[in-house]
Amino acid sequence: MNAETTTNAVHCSAIRKSFGSGETRTEVLRGIDFTASQGEMTFLVGPSGCGKTTLISIIAGLLTADEGHVSLFGEDLSALSPREQILFRRRNLGFVFQQYNLLPSLTAAENAAVPLLAAGMNRKTAVARASEMLDQLGLGHRVSAMPRVLSGGQQQRVALARALVHDPRLIVCDEPTAALDHKSGESVMNLLATSAVHPDRAVLVVTHDNRVFHFAHQIAHMDDGVITHVDQQALNSRLQSSPS
Amino acid sequence: MNFVAFRMLIGDRAKYLGLIFAVAFSTFLLENQTSIFANLMKRTGNQIGDVTDADIWVMDPQTRYFDETKALKDTDLPRVRGVEGIDYAVRLFKSNPVARTESGTFAACSVIGIDEATLAGAPRRMVLGDWHDLYKPNSIIIDKAGYLMLFPDQPLELGRVLELNDHRVTLVGISDAMPAFVSFPIVHARYSEALAFQGRQRQQLSFVLVRAKPGIDHDTLAARITSETGLKALTTDQFRAASMRYYLANTGIPVNFGITIAVATIVGLVVSGQTFYLFTVENLRQFGALKAIGVTNLRLLAMILLQAAVVWFVGTSFGTALTATFFNITLQKVATRHMVLLWESAAGVAVFMLIVVLISSAAGLRKVWKLEPAEVFR
Repeated sequence: MNAETTTNAVHCSAIRKSFGSGETRTEVLRGIDFTASQGEMTFLVGPSGCGKTTLISIIAGLLTADEGHVSLFGEDLSALSPREQILFRRRNLGFVFQQYNLLPSLTAAENAAVPLLAAGMNRKTAVARASEMLDQLGLGHRVSAMPRVLSGGQQQRVALARALVHDPRLIVCDEPTAALDHKSGESVMNLLATSAVHPDRAVLVVTHDNRVFHFAHQIAHMDDGVITHVDQQALNSRLQSSPS
Repeated sequence: MNFVAFRMLIGDRAKYLGLIFAVAFSTFLLENQTSIFANLMKRTGNQIGDVTDADIWVMDPQTRYFDETKALKDTDLPRVRGVEGIDYAVRLFKSNPVARTESGTFAACSVIGIDEATLAGAPRRMVLGDWHDLYKPNSIIIDKAGYLMLFPDQPLELGRVLELNDHRVTLVGISDAMPAFVSFPIVHARYSEALAFQGRQRQQLSFVLVRAKPGIDHDTLAARITSETGLKALTTDQFRAASMRYYLANTGIPVNFGITIAVATIVGLVVSGQTFYLFTVENLRQFGALKAIGVTNLRLLAMILLQAAVVWFVGTSFGTALTATFFNITLQKVATRHMVLLWESAAGVAVFMLIVVLISSAAGLRKVWKLEPAEVFR
């Protein structure tokens, strides 16, 4: 393991991905080179259809690239068997989806506990740990609430708790603020920046929402299947001074 | 994850109740129809089974079932008695005269004429009276359902008088005979009196009832009677089965019930299958999220099978309880007395519904198995 892989959480090289075949074949990713570092929040931004979702799906091991390599924390995903990929994903990745994807018949705490349950932890311990996580995210008073009675912002916070509860090394967020109003979106991003960003962890966010760009350490701009340029930026002073 | 699967199943009450209702309704339909059919078929042999004094029934080779007999010659009785291994052999006469009460109510009856001396073939399960009273002149025993048909809304009472083809007879007993396929009153009388009810016929012996000596195999003895006399000899079980086979082969009953059972089967498959399949498909996004989080396909398979097992168990239990309640109510009616939910039917339908639910879950599972977890990002 070299020096680059110890600091690079995500390293993609020459990623290509196409869908369809023959005349309907569409090349969605056309040679992506991309790096995201630990301890940072990296945004992938770009217009609809530019390949952001395909790229994070490949990074998360949910899709396989046609060409190129992806390594997460120095581990080459393509070298792992499908089962090893699932176990790797279970241990090392947390997901925040645009539509939250909470299970409507589970309470907030039970939803947040799903990754622990999937890893084989007993229900009582898993729910207790998830409740603690919800408490850290300011939802300690809603642990027993069903998703249908929670606001969009609260549901996204439950999804964030689910992404963090098993202490993963990479958090993948797909348009986490798209279904929220500005205030709720700002609040969720604040939580993400304060709770998810950690020296041993990377956060990868796909977003359209330029109102939250100031939370990013790095912004990779995508268009038509390639990364056109990368902006490195310091977090603005408002975030750095905000209470955790 | 089992509790997650269980909560996913019961979380949406309307869908869950819809699933349970579909399985329960199909179970009820199938158990109900198969049990009624089986009970009806069983009735074709009930009059044979009620004669506990016979191990073997001897009849004309042309006789195919109990309700249609070709008479034997009187000389056939001593020929049968001459076969080695027989403890005793007695006559049995069967006819269908019309019975009329003093109030004018009348009905065709199934009259069984039994041996004068031994009363072999008399009903052993009595509701009222004693079968030994058949020794009295002009006496008969009638079954309870027949009594209620001839004396509707009247209390069970001995000593009543009725006419059988202009012969006045007195009721000395009411039996608890098993219902026959045809709902005629079942009347037992002594052989000579039963002959008198029917009127003059050249040959009047319907069956010879045979009791085997202890230790003699019934099948072997029946074969020996056939070989030595040329008459057809069947054990009680064989004769019951032959009567049932006749009705199965020569009536429209199997077709009618077959159609109903086929419709119930299709309803079961389509309604239960479709409902469960849709339930899985509607939860596809949730399964996709679980896949992305790192739940394996095998774990998802176990979750769906657990949901299928719960739906099957609750649905079939509820459906079986409904069927049992139905038969418990109809059991009180004269026409449907002794019709019960057969355990064979309940077990068979339970296995069938398990297959339906498994097939449905397999169809849904295929979708889940092939689901790309990346779909949750779309």
